[in-house]
Amino acid sequence: MSEAGRAYPPGARLGKMLWRDGERIMGAMPARPEGERARDATTLSGLPLKGFYGPHDVADLDYERDLGDPGVYPFTRGIHPTMYRGRLWTMRQFAGFGTAEETNARFHYLLEHGQTGLSVAFDLPTLLGYDSDHPRARGEVGREGVAVDSLADMERLFEGIPLDRVSTSMTINGPAAILMAMYVVVGEKQGVPPEKLSGTLQNDILKEYIAQKEFIFPPEPSLKLVVDTIEFATRHMPRWNTVSISGYHIREAGSTAVQELAFTLADGLTYVEACLQRGLDIDSFAPRLSFFFNSHLDFFEEIAKFRAARRMWARFMRERYGARNPRSWMLRFHTQTAGCSLTAQQPEVNVVRVTLQALAAVLGGTQSLHTNALDEALSLPTAEAARLALRTQQVIAEESGVASVADPLGGSYFVEALTDEMERRAMEYIERIEAMGGVIAAIRKGFLQREIAEAAYRYQREVADGQRVVVGVNKYVIPSSEEKPVPILRIDPELERKQVERLQQVRRSRDERRVRQALEALGAAARRGDNVMPALIESVRAYATLGEMVDTLKAVYGVYTEEAIL
Amino acid sequence: MNVPVGPASTAPPRPIRVLAAKVGLDGHDRGIKVIARALRDAGMEVIYSGLFRTPEEVAAMAVDEDVDVVAISILSGAHNTLVPDVLDQLRRLGAGDVPVVVGGTIPWEDAEHLRRQGVRQVFGPGTDLSTIVDSIRELARSRTAGA
Repeated sequence: MSEAGRAYPPGARLGKMLWRDGERIMGAMPARPEGERARDATTLSGLPLKGFYGPHDVADLDYERDLGDPGVYPFTRGIHPTMYRGRLWTMRQFAGFGTAEETNARFHYLLEHGQTGLSVAFDLPTLLGYDSDHPRARGEVGREGVAVDSLADMERLFEGIPLDRVSTSMTINGPAAILMAMYVVVGEKQGVPPEKLSGTLQNDILKEYIAQKEFIFPPEPSLKLVVDTIEFATRHMPRWNTVSISGYHIREAGSTAVQELAFTLADGLTYVEACLQRGLDIDSFAPRLSFFFNSHLDFFEEIAKFRAARRMWARFMRERYGARNPRSWMLRFHTQTAGCSLTAQQPEVNVVRVTLQALAAVLGGTQSLHTNALDEALSLPTAEAARLALRTQQVIAEESGVASVADPLGGSYFVEALTDEMERRAMEYIERIEAMGGVIAAIRKGFLQREIAEAAYRYQREVADGQRVVVGVNKYVIPSSEEKPVPILRIDPELERKQVERLQQVRRSRDERRVRQALEALGAAARRGDNVMPALIESVRAYATLGEMVDTLKAVYGVYTEEAIL
Repeated sequence: MNVPVGPASTAPPRPIRVLAAKVGLDGHDRGIKVIARALRDAGMEVIYSGLFRTPEEVAAMAVDEDVDVVAISILSGAHNTLVPDVLDQLRRLGAGDVPVVVGGTIPWEDAEHLRRQGVRQVFGPGTDLSTIVDSIRELARSRTAGA
């Protein structure tokens, strides 16, 4: 780096501080000049920060090689040439609670208020493959999402919603193949063929073992099921996003931004490898892989993460796997603002946090976005809170002007340097994971889980020590007597009974012989190692329940138990 | 002159034992792992239940491990069903005196409800780590003193 390239001559005095290459010269000054705060020295994830950035920080940057125009490889600046001028991001609010009727009503409400895509939250028994009348489901039915036991519930869930016109995202992992089969059959009943269905299946089982912990089968057969869905959708559902490779839950579990980026891309590479082993051509399935990231509190760190993710994935796809279709190179992603950053104290402040996080996602080039509601530290959002969260996106999209120019921060010394640093650190992690034998080996060793728990604890200590400020929690606190009570969405405990009755009604009215045959065929397909999608679709048509299908597969694949290590 | 001393001043006190328990179907283990670490750093012995425990399993572990406090983490919204079940099971096993504390996404009114059922403390989101550690230490001591 030549002296001429420096933004300021070495040792230039700026105000009271002494700087060199943007770094404070310690030793020449008191360790912490008056007015400086320790937390300014790093990002939220612990990346070191200088006081300012200049040309020398991006001296190695080659525009064509490292950035490219928006819409041009390696897509650091975005996947579309026109970005939001061409089309705004999809405003997709995650919703689901109670029975299919309640959730269907919330879907209609959100669509009426300008939401442009649906996103289904399922309850815990559904996520874990238990029917609503299973003893383990007691007290949990419809609490964290909508209860789905059979095709009958899915039919009600999408009543009055034309599946050829509305795209749907389904947050389901362990039983993802079953829910995809149900969606295909609901389409059938509406007269919409699979090739016209558009939407996203989360279907990212690896991050369940790493972070979210809603798993059913062991990792290897689970990965096989993921490949089954990819193979099926590649043939029959060209508009379907087969996997939403998710960093969101990794971050919520307490990881740093670097870990979120690294572990998510490592998961993505694992799915790619598994599909290649199945004999699929990279360009046949890679264009339909999508991603899902968290947008947390540290504004620029998040933007750097999104930009680095695009560049890294594009290079992996093109350079490592030889993909030739530009769509295979593009990392498309959904973003949700950070639920774990919300506070129960002074919850109205959450609207401000969510606004900043949503803005980071938009400046980072997201394809779709969920903004959290202000009451989510305490319960699922009320309809009013969900509407305000949607309005937040609408203000960013239509009032702020930030959607007019693609990648407005591209070329910022700071943002480019941070993007590079994010990539460098994430690559180090990916190399460590690969040296361990890959993601599944790293999960079995507990490496990924421990790295996250370590980061979570470090963060919480920093909050406890006051090194990290959480407004309204460890600073600017008001007495709890002054806290305004926030309206809470109440799930009527009666809904559980209603759901169980419905399930029993379905069991009584279906053709038992057809169900039995379908489940036997499913078990046989699983034992042979065939793609189970056709057998699942047939079981769904026969109104086999989710629990019955999962039990059939458990008998073949076994179940996964996590070792209880701290 | 001999000053009589109680046994407490000669034998080192047993460290406080805490069962950190996840009950129900939610896999959110960030909070419980952070709390478990904080309790350990404060010199307590922590037994972690692992995920997806039933109320019966939690109560049985509390008795088998002879813990001073049961700390339940629940973020699924099923607290009004599952936490009273844990209390019932503890009573059934004759361990109704073991203090139970709960942490998680618990709305205020539900926290009141759980306290009325016999839960000693409910820690909502944003509770300071030291508040939790101190409260558990206090509950363990008052139980030992009362025994």
